[in-house]
Formats: sequence, C-alpha cells, structure tokens
Amino acid sequence: MRSYLLSRLWQSAVTLVLATIVVFLGVRALPGDPALAFAGEERDPASLAAIRAKYGFDDSLLLQYWRFVSKSLTGDLGRSTRTNIPVTDMLASALPVTIELSALALGVAIVIGVGAGVVAAVRRGRPAEWAANALALLGLSIPNFWLGLMAILYLSVATGLFPASGFVSFFEDPISNLHHLVLPAVVLGTGLAAVVMRQTRSSMLEALGADYIRTARAKGLGPQTVIGVHALRNSLVVVVTILGLQLGGLISGAVVTERIFGLPGFGKMTLDAVFQRDYPVIQGVVLVTATAYIVINFLVDLTYSLIDPRIRLAGVPS
Amino acid sequence: MLGSQPQTGGGKNAAAASTGRPVLSVRDLSVTFRTEEGSVSAVDSVSFDVEAGEVLAVVGESGCGKSVTAMSLGGLLPRSATVTGSVLLEGTELVGASDRQLRGIRGDDLAYIFQEPMTSLNPVFTVGRQIVEVLRLHQGVSARAAKSRAVELLTLVGIPSPARRVDEYPHQLSGGMRQRVMIAMALACGPKVLIADEPTTALDVTVQAAILDLLRDLGKRLGTAIVLITHDLGVVADIADRVVVMYAGRIVETAPTQELFDAPQHHYTTGLLGAVPTAGRRASDGRLQEIPGLVPVLTVQPDACTFAERCPAASDRCRTSRPPLAPEENPGRTVHRFACWHPAGSEEDR
Repeated sequence: MRSYLLSRLWQSAVTLVLATIVVFLGVRALPGDPALAFAGEERDPASLAAIRAKYGFDDSLLLQYWRFVSKSLTGDLGRSTRTNIPVTDMLASALPVTIELSALALGVAIVIGVGAGVVAAVRRGRPAEWAANALALLGLSIPNFWLGLMAILYLSVATGLFPASGFVSFFEDPISNLHHLVLPAVVLGTGLAAVVMRQTRSSMLEALGADYIRTARAKGLGPQTVIGVHALRNSLVVVVTILGLQLGGLISGAVVTERIFGLPGFGKMTLDAVFQRDYPVIQGVVLVTATAYIVINFLVDLTYSLIDPRIRLAGVPS
Repeated sequence: MLGSQPQTGGGKNAAAASTGRPVLSVRDLSVTFRTEEGSVSAVDSVSFDVEAGEVLAVVGESGCGKSVTAMSLGGLLPRSATVTGSVLLEGTELVGASDRQLRGIRGDDLAYIFQEPMTSLNPVFTVGRQIVEVLRLHQGVSARAAKSRAVELLTLVGIPSPARRVDEYPHQLSGGMRQRVMIAMALACGPKVLIADEPTTALDVTVQAAILDLLRDLGKRLGTAIVLITHDLGVVADIADRVVVMYAGRIVETAPTQELFDAPQHHYTTGLLGAVPTAGRRASDGRLQEIPGLVPVLTVQPDACTFAERCPAASDRCRTSRPPLAPEENPGRTVHRFACWHPAGSEEDR
C-alpha cells in the first residue's frame, strides 16, 4: 500500500511539473506582446521597454520559468493587470464558492445517479428501469444553461422558492448559503448524474449476474445486503473511474452555471479574465485547474484502492 | 480422474452411514422456464431421498437438468422458473415457501458450494468477513465470536495458518484454497444438507482429490447429507454412496454406486460409462465411445423415452410410451430403479 501511494504521488508530482510548463508556455504563446497588454493605451517604446524589464520579459525563457515556478510555490501568482489585486487573493475568495458548488453537485450526481442506476439494474425490464433510462437520456441531452434558465424561470421567478442569483458565505449564514446553492448544484449535477446512472446500471447488471451474488443468495442474505453490499461494492470501482473522468467536466460546467446564477466563483473569475485579457489571472486560473485535476485523479486512485483490495494489494506477493 | 478406471469407494459406507430416515425428500419436482420462445421443461417429476451423512451424486451431461434441480431445492432459480412438486427438508416444505422462509433456511440448514471458486467468492471482501457474514446472519453471534469461529472453520477445512488467511482476500488464495473457503462457509452453520454443484470441475486433478476427500470426510463426521452434482463419473465413484442419473430433465436410473457401475441398466448410463477413458487402453483399441447427438431441449415432456433418439436399443415402444422409473424385478435389489423398456442388463439384450 505504501509503495503504491509513493509511486502514485511521484506520478502526480511529475504531471504537475509538466502542467506548469504547459501553463507557462501557453501564456507565452498567446499572440501579441504582453508588454502591450500591460501598457494599456501607452505605445511609447521607452515605457514598453521599462515594462519588459520590470516583468523580466527580456530574460531567457528558462529564467522566466524558474521565476514563475518559485513565485508560484510561495503563493505569489502575480497581480491582476486590471484591478491590481493579487491573483492569490482573488483565488482565495473565488475558489471556496466553486469548491462548495462542485461538491454539492457531485453529491447530487452520486445520490441520484447511483440510486437510479441501482434501481434500473434491479428492476430490469420493468417500468422503473424505463423511467430511469428516460431520465438519464434527458439529463444527458439537456444543456446546463437551458436547464439553469428554466430553473430560474419556474422555481425562482414564478414561485419564488429559491433565489435566482447571488451568494451568501456559508460562515455568515449556512442556511441561506445552501438555499442559494440548491438550484445551481442540481443544475450542474444533472448531467453528471445521468452519466453516473448509466454507468452504475451497467456495472450493477454485470455484478448481479456474477457467481458471488449467487453465493450471497445461497447464504440466505436478503436482497438489501445482496444488492446494497455485495453487488454495489463491486460496481463502485467503475463508477468512481467515471466520476474521476467527469469531474473535469464539472469544473467547466461550473463556469457556465456560475455565470447563470451570478455566483462569484472560479468560473466567473475565469470568464472575466479571458474577456479582459488579464494574463496573470488566466495563468493562475489554468494552474489551479490543472492542479485540481491532478489532485482529483490522485484521490480517485486512492478511492479505488479503498474499494478494491486487488488494486490495493497489487505488487504484494500473496 | 481421467486416465484411471473409476473405483467405487463410497458405496461401501452406505449401510454404515444410513439412518433410514431421509433429511431431504424430493417428490415429483418439476421445473419449467418461461422464455421468449415459449416454455421449456428443464426438470420433470424428479424424486429422490437423501439420508444424513449420505452422499448422493446426480450425474448427467450438460443441459440434463441437474444444476436446475440443485438450484430449485433452495429456491435459487430466477423468477422465470416455475417449480412444482415437493421438497421436504426435515419435514419443512420448501416448494412455495416464502422468500423470507427460504432465506432463513439457505446457508443454515441447506448450504451450497459452486463450481467456480475463483468467482464464487466476492473479490472485495476478506474470506473471513464472508464466513462471518453467514454466521452472524443465522446464528446471531457477536462479531468477535464469529471471527474466531471462522478461524476454526478454516482450520477444519485444512487451510494452513488460518489466523492469517482469515484476513486475506480471495485473490490471494489458490483455487483449491478458495474452494476450501467455500466449504468452510457452507458448513459454518452446520447444514443438514450440502448441495455441491460441480465442486471440483474447475480444479486441478490433484486438488480435486483432496477436496473430494475433505467433503466426504466432513460429511460423514458432521452427519451432513451431500447432494453432489457432477458430470464426472470418476468423482461419483470416488465419493458417492448412491447415484441418480438424469437425462433431459428426468431421472433415468438410480442405484447404489457400486451397483450402478457393476450393472448399469439404462442405455444412457452405459453410454456415460463407455465414455470414461480407461487406463491401459490404446488408441488402436478404438476411440472412446461417445453418445451420438445432444440432450434435447423440450417444450413439453413427451409420452416417450426422451433418450430414444440416441439409444442403440430403442424400439417403437420407446417412442410412443414413457417407461416408468421402476425397480428391477429382483428381490433385494429394489434400490436399483431405471426407466427403460429394454434395459441393458436384461436377457433379451445379452
């Protein structure tokens, strides 16, 4: 287990280094002179040169990369060219919103997706399965933004059940915080729920036909234990894989959802930065996203090994 | 088992182990499946008894209904199956019993071992947990007591260093070890009847022998009746006291093991015996005798011998009238029954 953990950590570290290189080069590869962007209306060659010297754009790429990495490591991602606020501070206020939204959406997706998937598998060929399949198809087909708009239209504007936009910090008012996030989380979670449902259904069907399920029934175990413990535990490996792959989609989905519901999160920050060509912010945003991917994948792999002993104990001679 | 003449070993113990009162009594058990092409008759009017400590082998080719019979005893068939007749386990009727009632019996009084020890254990739980589960379910013991009982059971089935093995996962054990774990799990609650569905088919020959020894030994020691489902006559000769031969869902012959091997009456039985390779036989002596054709899939059980199409001795009578499962007309040998109009051992055929 420990050697597995170490090798997995090492892989993550290498990926992270590669990610920083891509982020760094990606921003450098953008068309146009960054000094021009910094300078704004100024076109005076002397001040452009001053900017280049100040930000080190004249130095070799290697040196610039080193500076970028070492600064990033100390938490200094530069300042927004528009507002002059440190990127780290902007992230610190935006990230918690997005993390909370994504976590809630993930919760929605797991509860609905796994639940409906299990029902569809157990009730195969009966109305419950058809209903679950139809819901999954809808969930996959309906775009986030449309669902969000409909939710606002019918559940906020028409009935006033939920606020249409805005955000309240969890630490200020937890109930109001959740109240604001219910709709965005459900909207963001539906697509993922549909994917999870289909995956759960197919891997549950496979598990339910397995010999160990026959053994479990032959032991006299009731349907709850047979389905909920013996079959589900085996199905979860595949479901977790799908979740890991789809979490990236959750991040990009969050960008759209946050925009619709006016949440001051990571997505809004990203969009604003892109529209305003705020390079340091874009760089920070991409770096954080890449890191998030890597961390999520690491956690997914850890989860596998918790679920399936064959992965946990791989390499350990029996 | 292959390459050696089957030796009847179990038959000798029949009298010693017999208590005269069956723990499992099956009468007129029939199973039909609803399929998209209509109904299929898988088991037809099967009757047999098993006594405590006795090993009853049910033999036949693939598709002859032996596994369906085994599954139907504990109510393990899918919903598409209709089961009629009677299965009495120590006087309790199992056919038509509620799911709850059957769950209380399965794993407790009626236990199963299956063919594939590789896949019959859940890969994500330790073997200990899987044994503990059945103990806690039926005997309501504490987790700690169940765990130490699991270690005892692993010792009983001959697993070395059981205290360590109990915390291991199925993939860390060999096939033979896994089957021992399955046996430990099946015997955990001291079942009255153990149904072993091809328990050694997936194992190496040397491991097969060890597992069969273990089954026979534990069956006699614990007084557990064993219903052994197999297609392997070598296995039958090794451990069975009595044999039931099934063909196309029907019992075609039943006799004590020694008797069946010495004087098979039904042509299907002689065909099965002829298909077993014998040591010392050369290729030049001709190939093994096989039975031509396949087991038919029946939608309706006909009033005829279902083996007639493949039988060397079939007559018109066989195709128009179903032979009853009757005892041989020989006093003292009434335990030998067969369903054949022209038995292999009769005078006219000799």
